[in-house]
Amino acid sequence: MNNKLIYCLMFCLTAFFLPLYAEALDNSTTDDIPKYVTTKPEFTEGLFPCSSCHASMEPNRQRRELGFHTEIQLNHAQKQRWCLDCHDSSNRDMLKLANGDLVSFETSYNLCGQCHGNVFRDWKTGIHGKRVGYWNGDKTYYLCVNCHSPHSPRFKAVKPMPEPAKPQDVNKVQSTSLVEVGGTKLSIPQYKGRIK
Amino acid sequence: MNRRGFLKSAALGVGGILLPAKDSDASVWEAFFQKHFREMNDKEKKDVVARLEIEYMQKYKKRITVKSTPALPNVLYGYGLDLSRCIGCRRCVYACVTENNQSRKPQIHYITVLQFKQGEKWVSDLEEAKKYYNAEEVPEAGHFYMPVQCQQCERPPCVKVCPTQATWKEPDGIVVVDYNWCIGCRYCMAACPYGARKFNWGEPEIPLDEINTETHYLGNRPRLRGAVEKCTFCVQRVRENPGRYPACVEICPVGARKFGNLLDPNSEIRTLIETKRVFRLKEELNTQPKFYYFFSL
Ligand code: SF4
Ligand code: SF4
Repeated sequence: MNNKLIYCLMFCLTAFFLPLYAEALDNSTTDDIPKYVTTKPEFTEGLFPCSSCHASMEPNRQRRELGFHTEIQLNHAQKQRWCLDCHDSSNRDMLKLANGDLVSFETSYNLCGQCHGNVFRDWKTGIHGKRVGYWNGDKTYYLCVNCHSPHSPRFKAVKPMPEPAKPQDVNKVQSTSLVEVGGTKLSIPQYKGRIK
Repeated sequence: MNRRGFLKSAALGVGGILLPAKDSDASVWEAFFQKHFREMNDKEKKDVVARLEIEYMQKYKKRITVKSTPALPNVLYGYGLDLSRCIGCRRCVYACVTENNQSRKPQIHYITVLQFKQGEKWVSDLEEAKKYYNAEEVPEAGHFYMPVQCQQCERPPCVKVCPTQATWKEPDGIVVVDYNWCIGCRYCMAACPYGARKFNWGEPEIPLDEINTETHYLGNRPRLRGAVEKCTFCVQRVRENPGRYPACVEICPVGARKFGNLLDPNSEIRTLIETKRVFRLKEELNTQPKFYYFFSL
């Protein structure tokens, strides 16, 4: 008898809340890509805006070995593309999508997302890539190019921070010092002698 | 009879032998008779916090604020860690140490990054993992990495075994320790299947210029010798309004760490649970961790 009452109540509640839930879902599907609050793209010192040099140059659309920008090793599907597939030849300060639309360097994720569709989808929801800020408030998204060099996107190996002390060595910490990592100071131990 | 009442009557009888004399520092008395945190009303919490702030000022010659912010309503915290991305760099380990005022000597770390050989048996056999790897560069070829910290179990065995109820699960799912109530029996350390709890074998030492002065009573306030501590999802950060991400989430250079509200269907943690291949560590123990490992590749 009691059970019946509870089921009845549950049914009524579900019947009431389901339509509300469905409505909420409807509102959240939207096709246009909003502009994300992102960190700034990093440019090589003194190179941006590109137009400061390129404005006075005649664009050469021929695919070729460059005489300038030799530090750039294209290692990103280089067989299928070269500079002007992403950089616009008439407006050097913009990037060019496959459909000819221009996008700014600040919104370069639109360009990357053309090929990396599923990563782009994950990035928008926060599953791929790095975001900082508030879990229930404003977030700053790292641009794809803040972590992956667009010309050679594979991650470079890094030096790991010191290993933990073994249980018998927890007192063999000589000192600690603050090391800055991406704007945050981290306290890193120096061990006495070598930790076996 | 509760602890307070018992101690009071005991004090009347053998006070002279067991307890600090009446004329010693009043805060020693107050600390001794401090109520259980969950039984304190707002006024009592405020008094305790004020007393601690004075104590810390005397001890560290620095103003350390202690918050006692309660759990936010309708929030259950969940954590995600992308095993396809982690490169084993240990940035998270030291971001945690710095944010949470862990003792530098003796050394205490909440996060342990485990290294595994690819193709080897691993998930249920963490013993095979390398904990002290020290390569020139990571990731090392043929290896992958899995950081482990408190899994904030929904059914935490550590809480069940605590004889003084000095550790418990908060309404937002964070398992916390009241360092003043911990008697250091270390039952919880034996009960935790993830090695997440750490014991202060010695007087915790932190260089003064490295102390994080923004603290929470249930989180990163200065600890005591003989007390157990553990990851709290950075309770001092995530309970702000709006709530900041935990320190390990924000330091990770590859964005492997995800955090959010499990009750919010649009949060990144819910999205990843629903769209990725996820697993929880030692699921067969039915501890129901709120820490989800996942693969994005
Ligand atoms: S900081 Fe990120 S990549 Fe580095 S060990 Fe921690 S989880 Fe892995
Ligand atoms: S991981 Fe260990 S310390 Fe954390 S809640 Fe579970 S049993 Fe307790």
